[in-house]
Parts: sequence; C-alpha cells; structure tokens
Amino acid sequence: MQRPTNLINGIDWITVGLYLVLVLTGWLNIYASVFDEQNANILSISQRYGKQLLWIITAISLAVMVCLIDARFYSSFAYPVYIIGLLMLIAVLIVGKEVNNSKSWFEIGSLQIQPSEFVKITTGLALAKYMGNYSGKLMQFRNVIIISATVCLPVILILLQHDLGSALVYLAFLIVLYREGLHSAILLFGMLAVVLFILSLLMQDVQGYLAGGLILLGFVVYLFKSRQIKLGLKGIGFFCMVFGVFFLVNLLTGARFDIHELLVGAFIPVFVFFAAFAAFRRLPHIRIIGLFIICALVFTFSVDFVFDKALDPHHQKRILVMLGKESDPKGIEYNVIQSKIAIGSGGFSGKGFLQGTQTKLHFVPEQSTDFIFCTVGEEWGFAGVFVIVTLFIVLLLRLIFLAERQRSVFSRVYGYSVVSILFMHFGVNIAMTVELMPVIGIPLPFFSYGGSSLWTFTILLFILLRLDASRYEYIR
Amino acid sequence: MNLDIRKYAIGAFVILTGIILLGRLFFIQIIDDTYKASGDNNSQRKVTQYPARGQILDRNNLQIVTNQAAYDLMIVPKDVQPFDTVELARILDIPKEAIETNLRRLMPKQRKSLSAYKPALFLKQLSAETYAVLQEHLYKYKGFFVQARTLRNYVRPIAPHLLGYVAEVDSTEMKDTYYKIGDYIGKNGIEQYYEKELRGKKGVNIYQVDVRGQVKGSFFNGELDTMSVIGSDLTLSIDAELQAYTEQLMGKMRGAAVAIEPSTGEILMMTSVPNYDPSLLVGRVRSDYLKLSQDPGKPLFDRSVMSFYPPGSTFKVAQALAGLQQGTLTPYTTCSCAGGYTVGRFHMGCHAHASPLNLPQAIGNSCNTYFATAFRRMLDDKERSTRENYRLWRENILSLGFGEKLGIDLPQELSGKIPFAEDYDRKFFPTPESWRSLTLVSLAIGQGEIENTVVQMANFAALVANGGYFYTPHLIKKINGRDTVPPLYAEKRFTKVDTSHFKAVREGMYHAVSGSGGTARWVAIPDIEMCGKTGTAQNPHGTNHSVFIAYAPRNRPQIAVAVYVENAGSGTSWAAPIASLLIEKYLKGGTERLWMENRLLDFNLYDNHATAN
Repeated sequence: MQRPTNLINGIDWITVGLYLVLVLTGWLNIYASVFDEQNANILSISQRYGKQLLWIITAISLAVMVCLIDARFYSSFAYPVYIIGLLMLIAVLIVGKEVNNSKSWFEIGSLQIQPSEFVKITTGLALAKYMGNYSGKLMQFRNVIIISATVCLPVILILLQHDLGSALVYLAFLIVLYREGLHSAILLFGMLAVVLFILSLLMQDVQGYLAGGLILLGFVVYLFKSRQIKLGLKGIGFFCMVFGVFFLVNLLTGARFDIHELLVGAFIPVFVFFAAFAAFRRLPHIRIIGLFIICALVFTFSVDFVFDKALDPHHQKRILVMLGKESDPKGIEYNVIQSKIAIGSGGFSGKGFLQGTQTKLHFVPEQSTDFIFCTVGEEWGFAGVFVIVTLFIVLLLRLIFLAERQRSVFSRVYGYSVVSILFMHFGVNIAMTVELMPVIGIPLPFFSYGGSSLWTFTILLFILLRLDASRYEYIR
Repeated sequence: MNLDIRKYAIGAFVILTGIILLGRLFFIQIIDDTYKASGDNNSQRKVTQYPARGQILDRNNLQIVTNQAAYDLMIVPKDVQPFDTVELARILDIPKEAIETNLRRLMPKQRKSLSAYKPALFLKQLSAETYAVLQEHLYKYKGFFVQARTLRNYVRPIAPHLLGYVAEVDSTEMKDTYYKIGDYIGKNGIEQYYEKELRGKKGVNIYQVDVRGQVKGSFFNGELDTMSVIGSDLTLSIDAELQAYTEQLMGKMRGAAVAIEPSTGEILMMTSVPNYDPSLLVGRVRSDYLKLSQDPGKPLFDRSVMSFYPPGSTFKVAQALAGLQQGTLTPYTTCSCAGGYTVGRFHMGCHAHASPLNLPQAIGNSCNTYFATAFRRMLDDKERSTRENYRLWRENILSLGFGEKLGIDLPQELSGKIPFAEDYDRKFFPTPESWRSLTLVSLAIGQGEIENTVVQMANFAALVANGGYFYTPHLIKKINGRDTVPPLYAEKRFTKVDTSHFKAVREGMYHAVSGSGGTARWVAIPDIEMCGKTGTAQNPHGTNHSVFIAYAPRNRPQIAVAVYVENAGSGTSWAAPIASLLIEKYLKGGTERLWMENRLLDFNLYDNHATAN
C-alpha cells in the first residue's frame, strides 16, 4: 500500500535549512570578494553579488518547481534526460564558446551555460534508474559494462572539452558504487594507483628504488600470507650475502660500480632464484603475487608516459607545483600562494566582514568563483571556516541518512550520487585553496559565484528531497 | 556480505576529510606565522612598473620621438599622517590650497575602507628636478611614494598627425583590461595603430611595507614580481628631413602633401597643414589641446588621409586609363578643341592650346574638351547600358586606389568617395534612367561628386610610376630593428587596367612638365626628368584649390608625390612648385632654385582669402 505524500510534512526541512544558510553565506562572501565602495549597493545587478542574488532567487523557484513535480517523473524520465544531457555535451563541442582553453560553455546572449554541470544530475538519475532495476549483483559482467558506460560516456565528452576538473568529479560515483557493492579491493587498488602515481612522480629520479620497494613489499605480503616467514628470513640472509660479496669484490677491483648498481645487481639473482624456487615448489598464491609485481612495475614505469601524453601541459604543471617538484610563483603557484596568504592572514577570528585586505585588493584571482573560500578564511578566520566546514559535513551526513532511509534502490542510489558529487566538490575545492591538492577549477557548492553551478546543485539536492518526501511510495 | 555497514565507512570518510581540511586550515591560520605576516594589513604594496614606450625613428634612424622621465607622486591614504603642507607645496611648486584639495579628494571618509588601501595618484608628472628635491624630504611625508613614468619627448617637432599622441586612457579604452585608470595609451596615428608594439608590458613589484608605511624590501623574495618589458622601437619609412622641409614650405598654407616610394609603397613624407608642435600635447597642462581644437584652421585635423578633396584635372590621368581599358579610347584618338566643350545649352570651358591633340598631348595640355568627349564615349558605349558602363568605370577607378580605404597603418584613414550608380538614381529622381552621360560629364575633369584623399592621389602617382601596380602605402619599416613588416605591405596590388595602357599616360605626364604647351613646364627640375599632372579644383566657396601629382625620375621612379593646397589658385602656380622642390630635395638633397623656395615661403593664405572674397 502506498501512503499519499504530503509535501509540507514530507520535505526534510533540516536539509532545506542547511541549504539556505549555505547559499546566503555564500552570497555575503561573494559580496565581500567583489566589494567596491563605488558600488556598495548589495542589490545592484551590474555587479556579481547582484547577479548572484538573481541566481539565488531563480534557484529557489527552481527548487519549488522540482518539489511540485511527481516523484515518479524523475525515474520515468531518467533515461531521456540522460540522452539529452549527452546531446548537449556533444553540441557544446561543436558550437560552444572557448573559455580558459576549455570549450564547455554555451553562450546565449549574455547568459553562459555549462552543460557539464547539469549532466551530473542526469548521470546520477540514469545510474539510479539502472541500478534500481537490474537483477542480480553489481559485479556481474553485464552490469559492470553498462554502469561503466553510463558514467564514462559523459566523462569522455567532458574530457574532449579539455575540462579535466569537471571530469574528475565523476570519480565521485565510485563512492556510490562502493555503497552498492563494488568490491572494496577495487577501491583499494584505485587509491593505491593514485598513491603510486604521486610517488613515482615525486621519485622520478629513483624510480628503480620505487619499483624495487614494491617488489619487496609484494614478497613480504606474500610471505606473511603464506606463512613462510622462515623462507623470508633465508631470503634476506641470502641477499645480504650476495650483496656482501659484490661489495667486497667491487672494493678490491677498484670501485667500478656505485652502491645503487650493486644493490640492483645483488637483487636480481636473489629474485630469479626465489621466483624459480616458488614456481618449483608450487607455493600458494604465487600467481596473484606475480601479477601484483608485474602490475606494479609496469605502472611505475608507465607513469612518465601517461603523465607526458595524457595530460595537458598546464595540468602537468599544476600537479608538479602541488608536489613541490616545480616552482612557478608568478604563474600557477601565484593563485595558491595568494590563496594561502589570504586564508592564513585571517587568523583565528578573521578580519571581519568586508575588511579582508587581500580580498579587497584582488590579490587572489577568481576569488568570487573557485577561490571564494579564501574570502571566508580571511574575513571570518578559523572560526568561520570551522563553521562552514562543519555545516558541509553535517549536510553530507544528513544526506547519507536520507539516502539510507529510502525504500527504493533508485532513490538510495540517487541519494548517494548527490552525496558523492557534493562531497567531491567540497573536498577538492577547499583542498585546492590550502594546497592539499593541485589547482582543479571546480566550484564550491552553494558558495561560488555562477548560475550554472548554483542551479545544478539546487536541482540535484531538491530532486533528492522530493524523492525523500515520497519515500513511502515505491519508485523504480 | 552486508552492504549496509558501508554507510558507516562512507560517513567516516566524509568526517575524516572534514578533519583533514580543518587540520590544514588550523595549521595555516593559527600555527604557521608566515602567511599571517605576509597577509598583514600593512604589509603589501603593489607598485606597477611602467615600461618606457618604444621610440620612433625615421628611415635613416634619426630619432623623431623618444621618452623623458616623469614622476607621479602617489599616496596610500590610510598611511598618510599630518604633515607640513607649506613645505610640500614649496617643493612641488604648487599652491598650498592645491595640496589640501587633493588630500580632501583622495582621503576616504572611513579610514579603513577599501580605497584607503589603494595607492592613488596625488600629483602627476613631476619633473626630474622636482623629484630630486622631493626624494630627500620624502621620509617626512608618511604614505607618500613616487612612481616612475615616462612621457613622450619630441626630438623633432614634425609630423604630428601621423604620429598621433599619447594620453591617459578613457573609459572605452579601459574595456581592455590591460589598462588601469591613469595609464597612458596612444591616441591617433602611429601611436594608436602600433599601441601593442609600443607600449611594452607593465610589470608589478610587490613590496613588504611595515606599519609605518616604510618599504622593508620585496615581498616573498620578489618571487611574485613580474618584470616590465620595454616597448618595441618603430622605424618609420618617413624621411624626417623631407618631412621637415615640406612642413616649412607649406607653413602658411592649408592642405596636405604625401610622398611615396613607388617600388615599396613606403610613405616618405606625409604632411597636413596647418599643424602643431606635438610636444604641446605632452605634460600636466593640457589646455593647449583645447586651444588647438578650437582653432578655426583645424590644426588637429589630418588633411592627408581624412580630407575629401575634389581631385580636379589630376583625375584626367585616371579617366584616360579607364577609357583605354574599356577600349573606347586609344593613345592615338584625337579630338579638336575650340576653347571649350559645348553640347546644346551645355558649355564647359577650356584654355587656349594647340588643336587637335592626341592622348599624351591632351594630358600634357589638360584639355577639358578631350576628356569630356572621352568620358561620354565611355558611358555611351553601345555594348552596355549607361548604368552598366558607369558600374564598369567605377570598378576600374576603384582598382586604381580611389573610393576605398587603402589600408594604410593609420587609424584615422578615410575612404574618399566615388559615387555608386544608385547615388545618381537618388539624386536625379524621379526615374533611374533620368541621368545620362552628359549629366555626369563634370566627373571627366575630376569635379562633381568625386572626392579623393591626398594619400590616394599620391598612391595613384606611384602606381602610374610603377606602370600598373602598387604596394599598399605604409609608414612602418622596421619593428625593433627587424624587418617584421606585415606581409600585406609586401604584396603587389595590380589594377584592373592592363599594364600596357600605362605607357601613353606616362608619356602624357612627362609632356605636362617637358612638352610643348605642358601645364607645368616652369617647375621642371634641372637634370631630373619629372612627370606630373596639374589640377585646379573648382571651389564654389572661394579661390580654387591647387593640386599636383608627380613622380621622378621618369625612368626608375624613386618618389611619387601629391600636393594639395586649399584656396591657393591654379595647380601650376602653387602645388606644382612645392612638388618639384620636394622631389629635388629628396633626389638631390637640396635646391638651387631659391627664388622658387622664397616665393612659396612668402605665401600667405589669408591674402588669397582676401582676393577670393
């Protein structure tokens, strides 16, 4: 039996409240970041804060509209809107306008719309629709293919626009898949790959050691797993012996090789010997470990290649700057240094509303969009950022709670899509302003200036609230 | 496997991320002092480094425009402390009241408001001497600092119109975000056209400043500073000496003169008179601008590329080429003239000369009857309707460089005017067919609705000199000493008139200077074979305009000129001797015909006016 839905009672007002608080604080901070005494009227629509107010009003009307539509609409039309989204992405490649090297904007009159923002919603809906309907398990071959395709198609189109930041956001769907049964090993391997990627960039000069270390790690894990500690100790002893001999011979013959070459030289015979020994004795798990070692080696040495070929030069630079491998204070690093100065200068309690000097003197570029968090940090200090970060965390936890209380898989999967997308934007954006991550130009939800992103996050969120209001109906 | 448990993992991951971010923020905002110190209210001052603008040289590397140092006195309002205004007024050599007004204007009402942090211009363009004195006392004036700028310095006071001038940006120019209030930009002329090359690139120095407003050194070890890049030097095709000579000869006249090197299209001289000393438009006091703009002689107006002048008889050369191309005229066509061209009640007068004449002789003697006949024959060509003949004629004339902008590297260039057939439709309403060849016959002698710019006339002389092609006239020769001239200017532009037709008109132009009955025989240059064509443009409002186009030497021409003198009288009496002297100056370095020079220098426009009225 289905209970009739009462919208007023059904809507989760806690989330609505959080949403309003975030949007309004965001607006105040945009006001502060572009503030200029000659144009102090906060409602003036010639300025960004005035425009943002228009965006906020329209966003709220959109939210109301989203709530008035029947919940089943979102599941029935999930596929058609997904297709429309893809078509928009293709269209923007053809007729779009190029801004900052990426062709991802439609320009209609003075209005600029970024379809890759809206496609996040449609992808979430399509994913939910499919996962709400399939039979069997997530890890079935057919399901894996279709789900990957659903997520990867928009990603590929967005990458074709040279918009790496927006494409990275789609990694968030891994969280959704994890919740729905993705093997945790895959997630682990994914993270390991990221760690390795960074490590091998950091240790470009000594990649041999990294590879050696990985192989050693493989051995150790293997030896523990197969309870062959003694064998391991023997191995280490054997290695020391070979190395000792090499070292002595080298010393006596006039130090022709350096220590690195000796280490590698000693390692190879031991490795070959053990591989042969393991194969001969048919030790357990030998194949898995072998695979791991080969993968690790290939990965480590291919990082350079991938890095050089697959990434645009400015992306490479951002990563290298973030890792401290390269210094470019006038270019890419400038934003980050200025952003850190602005935030750092806020101290504990900040300089006060409209008193941020870094902000006012426009030291930080893109301050009302991607670097809006600097204004919070500078004018409201650690107290302010603590509140904002906490608000976001509370919102995210609330949304997890909402997602979990859905009866239908469709609503739950969609709920987790919302959580993941918001989380990704929130985490990456703030991490970038404090140099925990390379500069990836994605907006801070509800805060950053811009109609496309505000509308997207509003619709994204309110569809979930609408579904939640109808959680006693069965939606699939 | 129970997947429900994973919600805790995800929740924990979210919380962990939050903790990591807050930890990092805590570190930056509270523990680490580097950022706090750097972002301190008083600690950063951005000082723009203004690069010197590129110099402008003539074709022989003589300096025309260079730079002089100037210093702007700036203040950071929030750092200003009470000081001795009388002393500062004495140093700056301005009244004490001016200091107080400036302070009142710049000091914001609230001491902590935004504009209090922004450096603002207190007094611009101090001289080097004032600056030297001020420098010693600057420590007494908290919140004041000096920013170095450069101003234009005119080594030779010539060619103001083609150079343009440099002034502060206005609001429309600030749409280019490169410019900030108070920046300088090239206006008009070369300064505007080559603004991007001349301006260089601004740099920024960020200084660490202590609470008392004292500079402590560069901020972040200067890592955030950007170097300014000095502007590119331009070498113009102008010959500064020829330019100065022309301006001297035409000093009391009103009009324009242009000289072009036919083999390259390089403009050797480009004069518009009356002119002004370009250094009048430099500096703190710009009242001179107002005076110039209100002068009835319109000295700011560039007559060489902006004035629409009736070409008069010089246009007969173009008419001859159009007729030859259409086939309604041959070099051997003769026409007898008995003092004028008469059809029914229509009469166009002509002066006394031998008769009949062939084409070269007709050009040499400037026979009106000949060209009226030839022009009507062209329009009445039975092959097409009059309209179609007119269109064909117009296309041929346009290809000779008239009626459209040539594409000179000057922003102020205008197109001149060759009317469309439709213009006549409108003019001779009611029926489009109501105009006939006789209606337009005054075009034959360069009168009526035709208007050319002087540079178009000079370019036409150059293309006749070349025998049928031209290069787009241009002023740029080198940028930063390298021949990086746009490829457009190295392209030969052929006309729609076959090159074989040029021989006869060249002969005609030679005849005008050296032949029997030639209209400009008296200006022939000793030892140089010059070719030319006079023109006397009728002026319903006063004395006729005096026009002359010419090139020399006859074989292998090196210079083509057009001279236009307003309200001076006949072409042969004023424009022709100017052109002759210019050519002689360029080819031989000077003249021995001092009587001719003196006659021109004694010219007084206002006497001529008196006779006209």
